[in-house]
Formats: sequence, C-alpha cells, structure tokens
Amino acid sequence: MRADAVGGAAPQAVEALARAHRLKPWELAPWLAAIAAYFLFPSYLPLGAQILIAILFTLSIDLILGYAGIVTLGQSAFFGAGAYTAGLLAAHGWGEPISGLAAAAAVAGLLGLASGAVILRTRGLSLLMLTLVIAEMLQEAANKAGDITGGADGLQGMEVWPLLGHFEFGLFGRTAYVYCLVVLFLLWLVARRIVHSPFGRSLTGIRENEARMHAIGSPVFRRRLVIYAFAAALSGIAGALLAETTQFVGLDSLGFERSGSALIMLIIGGVGRLYGPFIGVPLYMVAQDRFAQADPVYWDFWIGLLLIIVVVFARGGLLGLAERLLRRRGRKP
Amino acid sequence: MTSRFGVVTLAAAIAAALAAASASAETIKVGVILTYSGPAASLGDQIDKGMSLYIKEHGHDLPQGVSLELIRRDDTGLNPATAKRLAQELITRDHVNFLAGLIWSPNALAIAPLSAEAKVPTISSNAAAVNLTRLSPYVARVSFTLWQECLPFGKWAATKGGFKKVYIAVSDFAPGHEAADAFSKGFKDAGGEIVDSVAIPVKDPDFVPYLQRVKDAKPDAVFVFVPSGKQATALMKAYSDLNMKAAGIKIIGSQDMVPDEELPNMGDEPLGVITVGTYSNAATRPANKAYVAAWKREYGDKTPPGFMSVGGWDAMAAIFSAIKATGGHPDPDKVMAALAGWKNPDSPRGEIMIDPETRDIVQHIYIRRVEKVGGHLANIEFETLPMTKDPWKELNPPKN
Repeated sequence: MRADAVGGAAPQAVEALARAHRLKPWELAPWLAAIAAYFLFPSYLPLGAQILIAILFTLSIDLILGYAGIVTLGQSAFFGAGAYTAGLLAAHGWGEPISGLAAAAAVAGLLGLASGAVILRTRGLSLLMLTLVIAEMLQEAANKAGDITGGADGLQGMEVWPLLGHFEFGLFGRTAYVYCLVVLFLLWLVARRIVHSPFGRSLTGIRENEARMHAIGSPVFRRRLVIYAFAAALSGIAGALLAETTQFVGLDSLGFERSGSALIMLIIGGVGRLYGPFIGVPLYMVAQDRFAQADPVYWDFWIGLLLIIVVVFARGGLLGLAERLLRRRGRKP
Repeated sequence: MTSRFGVVTLAAAIAAALAAASASAETIKVGVILTYSGPAASLGDQIDKGMSLYIKEHGHDLPQGVSLELIRRDDTGLNPATAKRLAQELITRDHVNFLAGLIWSPNALAIAPLSAEAKVPTISSNAAAVNLTRLSPYVARVSFTLWQECLPFGKWAATKGGFKKVYIAVSDFAPGHEAADAFSKGFKDAGGEIVDSVAIPVKDPDFVPYLQRVKDAKPDAVFVFVPSGKQATALMKAYSDLNMKAAGIKIIGSQDMVPDEELPNMGDEPLGVITVGTYSNAATRPANKAYVAAWKREYGDKTPPGFMSVGGWDAMAAIFSAIKATGGHPDPDKVMAALAGWKNPDSPRGEIMIDPETRDIVQHIYIRRVEKVGGHLANIEFETLPMTKDPWKELNPPKN
C-alpha cells in the first residue's frame, strides 16, 4: 500500500502501514534461536522438530482466527488429511518427502476449499460447531476405513526416502529438524507476505467490521474462503511433516485435542500477531515435556496451572503482556 | 581388636568396595513406557507396581556394582505417535539399555521399528499384537498373544464348553480383531457356529447398543475382547443393565474382561463367567501365594494384583536375568541371546519360557470361572493347557 493512496490519513499511520511489510531485525530472533537450539540441544531434536511442526500448524490457525476472525476447532481435519496423504503415498511406494508435502498441501487445500465453501456461510458458534463436525467426521471415516488407514492401530509400513536423495531421517532427528525449520521459514515468509498485502489488510477489515467491507465492495465471502483454503494447505503441510519425520500416522492426527491444544498455544503466545505461535508453542511443549518427565502421573495438573496463570495474568498472550509492559515504560513497541 | 585395626580394615573394605565399584560400576537404564494418566491409568499402575515389587524383592540379585534406574514415561493411552516420540527420546536422550512396559498394541507396533534401528532390547509387559515380535529382532514378549489364548479357547467352547452359537463383540483395534479371528477359527474348526460379529470403538465406548444387537440375535453366548481395566467394568455393567444373563446369553472372553483388580468393582454380575487367561491371583501355586503376599505387604489390600501386574513382574525378571547373564554389561545382541529360551519356573502364573525362535512367550493357558471365595469374587482356574505356544506364528510362517 503506497502512502499517497491514502490521502488525508495521519502521516504517522501511513508511514507505519507502509513500513509494516519490511523485515525488522528482531524478526530474525526466533530463527537464530532455532538454529542455536540445533547446536545447543542435540538430544532434543526430535522434540524440536515436533515444536516446529506445531508452530506451523498454529500459524495456520493464527492466519484464519487472528487475521480473518474465523473461529475454528477443526483445523486438525486438514492436518490429518495432509498427514494421511503423505503417509499413504509413502506406504504405497512413493516416499519422496518434498513431493509428499506438495501432495498433502493440495489435498488439504482442496478439502479446505470444499468444506469452506459450505461452512463459511455461517458465523460464530454455528461455524465453530461445523469446523468441529468436519474434523470429527473425517476422524470417524479414517477409523472406519481401517483397510486403508489402519484404523486405531495407525498407518503401518511407511517408507520415507532420504531427503534430496541424501539425508536419511535418522533416529536422532537431525534431518527432520533442519527439514522442518526450512519448510517453516519459507512458509512463514509467504504467510508474512500475505498478512501485509492488500489482501491481508482486507481480511483484518473483515474481522473488524464486515458490514463496512461489504459497503466498500470487498468480496468478503471469497476472501474468507481463500484464506481458509490457504490455512488448510499450511495445516496439511504440517501434518505431512509430522508423518514424514515420525514415519507414522495415527487417528490422533485428526483429533480434536490437536486443534484444541494448538488454540491454547496460540492464546498463550498471542493471537493475530504472526509471532504468537513462536512464543506459545515452544513454551507449552517444553513445559509439557518437563512436567511429564518430572511427574508422569500428575503432569496434566501442572500444565493446567500454567494455563490458568497465563490466562489470568497475561491477557492477549505473552506478546500482549510484553506490549503492555513496553507501553507502560513509555516506549512504543 | 584395636581401634586402629578397625580403621585399617574399614579403609581396606572401602578401598575394595570402590575398586569393585569402579571395575563394574554401571547404572542400567530401563525406559518404562506406560499409561500413567487418563482413563487407562489403572493399567499403568498395575504394571508399574509389578515391576517395582520385583526390584524390591530381587534387587540384591543384581551383579555387584550394578544398579538399575527406571525412567518412566506416560504415553497417555492408546496414542502411537506419542509413544513413538517417548521411545525415541528415551533412546537418544537417556540412552536406555532396555525399553519395557507397553500396554497398547498400536503403541508397541509404532515403537518396534525404533528398537530394531537403535538395537534396544524391548520387553512387552502387555501389548499383545501377534506380529509385534516379527517387527524387530530386539523385541521379546512376556505377556501373551490373543491367538495363544483364544484359539484353544474357541476349541474348548465348542467342545467341553457346550456352546453352539456364539456372537463376537470385540474392540476395533489389532488385539480385538486377533481375538475375534483366533476364537472364530478355534470355534468353527471344532464345529461351532459364529452368528455374527461386531467391532466396538476402542476409545470411550458405549457398550449398550452393541450388546443390544447381540441380545436381539439370541446366541448361546457372546465372546468379548475389550482392553482391560475400567472398560471391562463398563462392559460388565452394560451386560447387567440389558439383563442378558436372564435372557440366557452367557458372556465369555479373554481375561481382559474380568481382571482380578476390577472384580471388586463389578458386583455379583460376573459370577459364573468363563474366561481364558494366563494368570489369576486366586491360583494356589506357591509362587503365586508368595507374590500375592508380597503385594499385600507392599501395597495393602485395596487393589489386588491382576494379570497386568504379573506382566510387569516378569518383564523385570527377564531383564534381571539378562543383566546377570551379560555380567552387568547388557550388549543388545548378548541380551537377546540370553533371552532366547529364557525360562522362569517361578513366575506367579506358573512356568514360562521365551521361545528362542519367535521371542514370544510360551506358558500355561488357563480356563477359569468366576466364583465366590470367602466373600470375594475370584477367577478360579479349572482347566490348564500346558506350555502353549503362539499358534499364529505356526499358522503364518515368516515370508522369506
């Protein structure tokens, strides 16, 4: 968006909008941290890869919830669709990982397009319920189609080929970590680009005041559908990453718990900021890992306690809290 | 004895102990993957207690200077992806020498390839999926397979049991299907008729509609497999709510349906129920009496030991014997060699052996009836099929 197109708006706001898409130095921080983690915690790389995958999945929810205002509890439908796509390909003789991701993105994206075309006509609670229903239906279908998916036993016999023909997905998760990191980085660039594009701005407009967007002639339904399908494709890629790096797909990839906990992680980090997942997901998953090791019987309780503390003391997530603290000290965030 | 002499001997003893310790000081790590939280936590509790009890009773049997560390992880239930990640972490982060536990077959099936890749001897304390030991040369099993129990049980039901028409209702996952296939084969080969069969969701099932369908078909009996623990109690309640006993439909199945530790929660409904199993805490074998007494000393009367706990106990017995056989340095291949043909004549369930060919357990299979003994329900063994091998592996030889 160019400054001169906005005419009489306050010059400061125009400047801020025009600069929003430029990469700022602090935006490199999560990536530097991720690279440092590779060298600092070599025995935690399998967990690290799963954190990166969960960040991608949570990012896809942030795009539709945080930017377009579409509330969903069924994003796991697309995660699972992607996971089973890549898994079934690898179990039936095509274990090339990158094309597996592409196939998963296509299947999940089409599924998002088809289901979105129906359910995005509703709003609020009905929409929430419908997203949930789609995921439940898919999970039950996968359960019933045991001959294809393995049902509750999970998909057995995946054989994923080495990445780029060279790098095996070994037990220590080095390849998996780097692979997930690169994929996440590329998709984050795309997501960032979308958010700061006129299309992304119009999504925020739809979230804030849909009637006004209709009034200025914005194709509201189509825009919501496009971002919904795009987020579905992102989720599908996340699912495929999990399938390829763990060489396993189970029914839980389609489960409500995955959508629910991603939502929680997003809320911990901060919704609608693009960086919420980068804070919330590592915090939640590392805490879960630590608690579950320290106390395998009652770890759920400690996680619950952590959530209550975050919700009570850090409304708007940790990023929201940071922003408020910075403001209080008189600085602009 | 002068005090100086005392000091010298003490110093010498310490030096000797230190020397011995440094020569063979080794902490052997066992990664234990069980369900410690959620609706199936009682199963993890049973196995964990069985393992801990063995270590308490036999800890002094370990070679000098060798100590054992259990690293416990919660797989939260039937959750293969989580279980696989936990196993991967136990192997790469904690460098465990053994993996043990494993309640759910799908979880175990997901872990088995890791045990092969990393060469970590893995002992299943419960997971019964029949092909598990085929997936990795480093997996051995001390629990049972459903084929081992249900094929002879099917034969028994059609002959001595006197059942003509049986309906099959099993949980919709690998062990359920295996129980159904095995029982069905044994029963039909001996002349029985399977009326129909139905698969019940394995997670959070409501048994009433399924058992209603069974009731409407009016068979002599319904053959059931459900994951043990609380699901067994829910199933028995549904059976009772539908008045199936009064309708003349008996309920038969594997021991998972009437686990010893759940019997006190089931009322009198299970009286007369016939099941096939590997262990009952009411058995009068001396090894079992000692086991039950040790259990009560340690954990009190509240939850009696069931077959799952014996899976935990025997897994530790196998690990101890492998540690001893390898002199405290459990090289994976030597461990597996030690486990091949390993025998334990003193298991609470009677004699057991690990088949050197298949690494699966060979054991007595018991046919039992629920009876009231001293005011409590108990599974009373009334027929023994001695040293039974897993028949599936003979029916399905490995393809090479």
